[in-house]
Amino acid sequence: MNVTAAIEVEGLVKAYGETRALDGIDLEVEQGTVLGLLGPNGAGKTTAVRVLSTLVKPDAGRARVVGLDVATQADAVRAVIGLTGQYAAVDEYLTGFENLEMVGQLFQMSRRDARARAAELLERFDLTGAAKRPAKTYSGGMRRRLDIAASLIARPRVLFLDEPTTGLDPRSRLGMWEFIEGLVTDGTTILLTTQYLDEADRLADRIAVIDHGRVIARGTADELKAQVGGERLEFTLAVAADLPRLRGLVEPLGIEAASLDEPTRRLTLPVSGGTAVLRNALDRIADSGIAIVDVGLRRPDLDDVFMTLTGHESTETTTTQEPA
Amino acid sequence: MSLVSDSLVITRRNVIKIRRVPDLVVFATLSPIMFVLLFRYVFGSAIPLEGIGYAEYLLPGILAQTVIFGSTVTGGALAEDLQKGLIDRFRSLPMSRAAVLVGRTVADQVLNVVSIVVMLLTGLAVGWRAHSSVPEFVLALLVLLAFAFSISWLMALVGLVVRTPEVVNNASFIVIFPLTFIANTFVPTDNFPTVLRVFADWNPVSSVTQAARELFGNTAANAPEPDAWSLQHPVVYTLIWVGIILAVFVPLSIRQYEKAADR
Repeated sequence: MNVTAAIEVEGLVKAYGETRALDGIDLEVEQGTVLGLLGPNGAGKTTAVRVLSTLVKPDAGRARVVGLDVATQADAVRAVIGLTGQYAAVDEYLTGFENLEMVGQLFQMSRRDARARAAELLERFDLTGAAKRPAKTYSGGMRRRLDIAASLIARPRVLFLDEPTTGLDPRSRLGMWEFIEGLVTDGTTILLTTQYLDEADRLADRIAVIDHGRVIARGTADELKAQVGGERLEFTLAVAADLPRLRGLVEPLGIEAASLDEPTRRLTLPVSGGTAVLRNALDRIADSGIAIVDVGLRRPDLDDVFMTLTGHESTETTTTQEPA
Repeated sequence: MSLVSDSLVITRRNVIKIRRVPDLVVFATLSPIMFVLLFRYVFGSAIPLEGIGYAEYLLPGILAQTVIFGSTVTGGALAEDLQKGLIDRFRSLPMSRAAVLVGRTVADQVLNVVSIVVMLLTGLAVGWRAHSSVPEFVLALLVLLAFAFSISWLMALVGLVVRTPEVVNNASFIVIFPLTFIANTFVPTDNFPTVLRVFADWNPVSSVTQAARELFGNTAANAPEPDAWSLQHPVVYTLIWVGIILAVFVPLSIRQYEKAADR
């Protein structure tokens, strides 16, 4: 096994009754890198994080964090990790400052060190102005930031972020991404779970896609996207007979051949270059008299990844087949 | 790991909440005042006692009932911490595994002390007096709090198993309300049906009340010696109960706390 690995997971199994939440997972995360654990609800992402952060004991398999076994050396593991769960675990009645001070002291820091570190993190997470207000008054985004700040208080070597942006509005989400990127530059090893491909794409060095408790694909974001396909233009026409003419007009903009689907009156064209290509395409069609019902620029999302890897939608619960 | 310092940190956290949530303080102060006044003037007007006024008879009983109810908040509060993911956070920290429960049960006794002070002041206003020495008076309060503390640990297990604050609160009311009434808390048990009287005699709520009555000097001078051993030696009998409850529920609650995050 690689000595530089911050997280090593071998054949991890955890069952709840009949459900095998983890069905033999292997993972390896190098120090100072970010692994994105990508999967739909119920795929086993949260269970994996709970095992790695010592909350849950695995039924079989081994997991080590900086070389420490999570089952047999739980206390030592707890001293080097930070955990931010799916629900912002902050005490509503304590102020932001008091929350951080408390967690720092429970990390066995002296009260003075805990206070100094709390002030430093509040500043860094843009919460200094709200430091003296009970967390009850915080917005969702502020609570998440406070929660992450709490998990960073003892400068963890490994940080677990379980769906850090779920439920946040787009602006808070973008802000959260920037905060997480800042952590990476500090050299923290991060395991991040997410349902969003764009989030994994932006934050993770490597991605493991999991479904039904198994890893069904792994690689960099580019490698996964190469499997799934990149962005594409989609046109839906009023009349299917116009499809060949549309293809003649827009195909030169694409990076591959367009595909036509007569029953849905749809043309799909792989492209690169984003909205500029879309505008260009619309210019070309403008005087053609082709009646367009719908047009859009589509990027691959989790559903596309799942469609490609498993042949089913991420929200379905049909049995997954392990790809060859 | 540092059980004492971690427990202090958690206690402080819980006491801060007492200060910031007006409902808690209102519950801990207004409802005892209301109970003292209601029982003193509604029941008191109809219950003739030999050799002692009803106010003096009542106060130890209502103190016992109030601190026991005060301890039920332990269960609801832990269920709430579980629901909000705080127990997950604590479990992921390199802290003492008993500290969250110790800090909780101790903080809940802080709230009980507030209730006791308010009730004693209210009692003074409606004619209650203590006729004992300071050490006896203090011992009475300690017996009350020790029993309440043990009930807190029992409720800790309930809260960690049940996990829903509302259910914990309703369920504990159904059990604790009769427990504090089938006792010598508000009326003498002499005329109870036999089964209820025997239950009341050995009910630790009765011995807590009896202990407080004796230590406050709130017993009638000519009162006959109680029949039951439990009421002849109320302090000892109460402390035996405290010991048994703690011996059973401290380890069970800690074990449940460790398992609570494993789901």
